[in-house]
Amino acid sequence: MPESTHPQETVTLTIDGREVIVPPGTTILQAAESMGNRIPHYCYHPGLSAPAQCRLCLVEVEGAPKLQPSCVTQVRDGQVVHTTSAKATAMRQGVLEFYLANHPLDCPICDQSGECKLQDYVHAEGRKHGRSREPKRVFGRDDFGGDVLFYGDRCVMCTRCVRFMNEVAQDPRLTVVERGNRSVIDTFFEDGVEGSPYAGNIVDICPVGALVSKDFLHKARAWDLDHTPSVCPNCSQGCNIDLHVRDNRVQRLKPRANPEVNGHWMCDYGRHRYEWINRDDRLRRPLYREGGDTVPGEWGTVLSELLERLEETRPIRAVASPFASTEELATLRRVVDALGGGEILFRSPEADDEIPLPGFPQLARRRDLSPNRRAAELLGMKRVGDAEGRGGLESLADYTGTLIVLGDALADMDEGFGSHAALYLYLGSHPSPAATKADVVLPIPTFAEQEGTFINVEERVQRFWPGLLPPEQARPAWMPLGAILARLGAGELPATAAEAFLAAAELMPELMGLRYETIGTRGAILNEPVLVTAP
Amino acid sequence: MAYPYTHEKEVRVLSRGWGDPRTRTVEGWKAMGGYTALEKALGMSRQEVIEEVKVSGLRGRGGAGFPTGIKWSFMPGEKKGPHYLCCNADESEPGTFKDRELLRWTPHQLIEGCLIGAYAIQAEHVFIYCRGEFFEATQVLARAVEEAYEAGYIGKNILGSGQDIDITVFAGAGAYICGEETALMNSIEGRRGLPRVKPPFPAAVGLFGKPTTINNVETLSSIPHILNNGGSWYRQWGTEKSPGTKLFCVSGHVRRPGNYELPLGFPLEELIYDVCGGFREGRSLKAVIPGGSSVPIMSAADCEGCTLDYEGVVEKGSMLGCASVIIMDDSTNIVKQVRRMVDFYAHESCGQCTPCREGTQWLARILLRIEKGRGTAEDLDTLLELGDQMTGTTICVLSDSAAAPVASSIQKFKDDYLALIRRGEKVGAA
Ligand SMILES: Cc1cc2nc3c(=O)[nH]c(=O)nc-3n(C[C@H](O)[C@H](O)[C@H](O)COP(=O)(O)O)c2cc1C
Ligand code: SF4
Ligand code: SF4
Ligand code: SF4
Repeated sequence: MPESTHPQETVTLTIDGREVIVPPGTTILQAAESMGNRIPHYCYHPGLSAPAQCRLCLVEVEGAPKLQPSCVTQVRDGQVVHTTSAKATAMRQGVLEFYLANHPLDCPICDQSGECKLQDYVHAEGRKHGRSREPKRVFGRDDFGGDVLFYGDRCVMCTRCVRFMNEVAQDPRLTVVERGNRSVIDTFFEDGVEGSPYAGNIVDICPVGALVSKDFLHKARAWDLDHTPSVCPNCSQGCNIDLHVRDNRVQRLKPRANPEVNGHWMCDYGRHRYEWINRDDRLRRPLYREGGDTVPGEWGTVLSELLERLEETRPIRAVASPFASTEELATLRRVVDALGGGEILFRSPEADDEIPLPGFPQLARRRDLSPNRRAAELLGMKRVGDAEGRGGLESLADYTGTLIVLGDALADMDEGFGSHAALYLYLGSHPSPAATKADVVLPIPTFAEQEGTFINVEERVQRFWPGLLPPEQARPAWMPLGAILARLGAGELPATAAEAFLAAAELMPELMGLRYETIGTRGAILNEPVLVTAP
Repeated sequence: MAYPYTHEKEVRVLSRGWGDPRTRTVEGWKAMGGYTALEKALGMSRQEVIEEVKVSGLRGRGGAGFPTGIKWSFMPGEKKGPHYLCCNADESEPGTFKDRELLRWTPHQLIEGCLIGAYAIQAEHVFIYCRGEFFEATQVLARAVEEAYEAGYIGKNILGSGQDIDITVFAGAGAYICGEETALMNSIEGRRGLPRVKPPFPAAVGLFGKPTTINNVETLSSIPHILNNGGSWYRQWGTEKSPGTKLFCVSGHVRRPGNYELPLGFPLEELIYDVCGGFREGRSLKAVIPGGSSVPIMSAADCEGCTLDYEGVVEKGSMLGCASVIIMDDSTNIVKQVRRMVDFYAHESCGQCTPCREGTQWLARILLRIEKGRGTAEDLDTLLELGDQMTGTTICVLSDSAAAPVASSIQKFKDDYLALIRRGEKVGAA
């Protein structure tokens, strides 16, 4: 830590016998968290205002007559705080008991089970046996519109959902109706949160199973899901996400906190566009042309076939995809350059409008609906086609040189595409009719199946990790393209994505000085010195 | 004048005009010496006004008994933006019905007090927050405010003093919790009536985020008399620590329940047996709740020698609160009374804080079960422990208030509980 020039700019306090130094204005809860002590809480959420109403985060502060809500109580020099004293523990146990007085205890059929803060806290500190003998209050279930279902009886009345809609989405669709024990979350109008573009986040921040996703309803148990850090591929914002995977299928996308990019949030447009990752119609094996047909072959055979037919003297052109990783795109650029240089085109879809998140202005669903257009542009590739990501390839219709297509599904092209090319290499994850005439077809993994980086709209390079196993024979495009480079004597075959990234940096001065390790899970802005090295 | 009924031991300062519709008009109020205090105050410095109120020793009549002069002095001396004065006329505490009478009989007394208070704390706007159910009282007050505007007591350049003060009469929507000072401010702002977390306190961040003082109707109604006659005049009644007169709202099993204005320190037994005429034939004292439903219940033994001032009632294990004396004779089923009070709190809890939201309802349900003969001895322990869990753990004290009568009634009337529990055991109900 750099030495502070203003010594008064820190506060030293003691929490549970350990000293901690934090900036002034920090709350006790944050100070405790900075030392790994997570004080239980429901209503507090780092992305929202703090109403201090759940009363679970009360702690003992020496000298204060009552227990203090740690989420709003600011640290003071010399403060002595106890979070696990008999008084604080008894209070928490009491509050937890109150939560269970009317709770249906329907964990076996609740989607939140396994990642539920009520389960967690009660399991850790609750009474062994509940004392309530009274009938429970029943609210039942409600459709809140959009993707959101409300199970009223599970609600702990933390009002996070209401505050998210009011403060962050700034689209007030929810409220607390009635008061006291009859308080219940409700929508103002019939359509509820329908059409509110960030409403899915209320499901994420609901600490219990009161708000659940219709899409995810009863699909998987939380403990069966593997979480992999990734980046949303659905626009150039590049929201940090986790892929939640079971049985080698993405079951849902969840935002991963990154204060620089997406805060704690993501948009519904991005959240719900993941089904394509689970498609079963995949390119599974390398194919090469033998006579009139393409036939499956081993990687070795197909690659040697390909290398034999490559000619440095022929003109070369390529089509790339802004959904490919920076490493794949850069390697393609190098191959094209090594073969004499030629134009690389790409198409990318574009929306009519941005969809900003008013309460967190850094975040907007961008007009540019691809994750890595910036990398393509930095590599001198040329955008063609319309806002649907179609058209613009007319000039290739009777092209007779070497043609390489990377990642573009060519959905608007027919089976005759590339039939005049002297050599047509198609690298893709899914079969395409427009690859029918290809001389060599190489299967590649999706972004969810490989390691790599995207460069987002603000020129932040961000890593993603593989959460799914690709088809057995699929290889990241930088591998076969790297092999071509090696054969042409224009570079070494990278062994890892990290090496492919370093090789890409030779082509892109903007990436200079960055390494996978320094990018970490939060990303790094291009052309900015990197300070943070923690993962 | 025989406002419903009066008693010779009363000292009628605030209630002098009650029962006479003429006091509702500017002319009627002036005939009783009205609006002279305002004139006098405007001729004094703000500091002098606050000093006079400090000398009087007047304590807030909204329940907590906080000295009014000191409260006013918490307001920033240097004004950086608007200041507000709120008058709390949400009177909803079970057993309390004095503010309503002050509103409907002597609205100008309150208006004059509000104007003096606003002047003292440099507020340009007064909001009088009336309980939603006070339909008639709110109308009377609104008419009086209108008339006072016309007469030049409210509005621009009051009485040529250069002071501008506006008064807005605001009708609540019927929620006990909006009597809590910060819930009241939220309600005026058009939000849900939820108490705010303190600090910050209203004198720093109050209504619309500006420095605000809030006072009860009776507190502000006392101000004109103190200004007119001086702080030491006010001290001729009451005790050293609890000076002045107080409106006692007496309800329950006495022959003459009602509002009585008495000097603080008045003996409780004298109130019951003399002023209120004692009990019905063959009945005797069982319990008293001396300060509205939020304070601990007193047994007949506690009432012996109890004086009705802030300290005297504390000595006997309860609190004076807003001096709403609920008197119960020996026909009373204490468990049922306590259950009804807890039902009230369960109904009125704003629902923010978990211990209050869940605890009030849980207590009410256990009490109902006991009342119906299905209680067990363990229930009493549960009631006490839940009460403990509800005390000192919430944003406002409604939660504590709900727990207090339960704990004190179990402590003092355990036999009533046990009798119901035993009866239940006998008929074998579980
Ligand atoms: C739940 C609750 C309800 C209250 N209701 C009232 C009320 O109806 N009227 C009132 O004057 N004060 C009420 N109070 C007290 C106010 O918060 C505040 O202390 C009072 O208005 C201050 O005025 P005073 O200083 O003149 O007493 C209530 C407090 C609580 C916690
Ligand atoms: S629905 Fe969930 S987020 Fe909303 S108040 Fe209830 S528990 Fe909190
Ligand atoms: S804003 Fe863009 S990156 Fe973020 S979730 Fe939406 S589509 Fe994905
Ligand atoms: S104690 Fe009860 S009434 Fe007061 S703020 Fe909390 S929930 Fe609301």
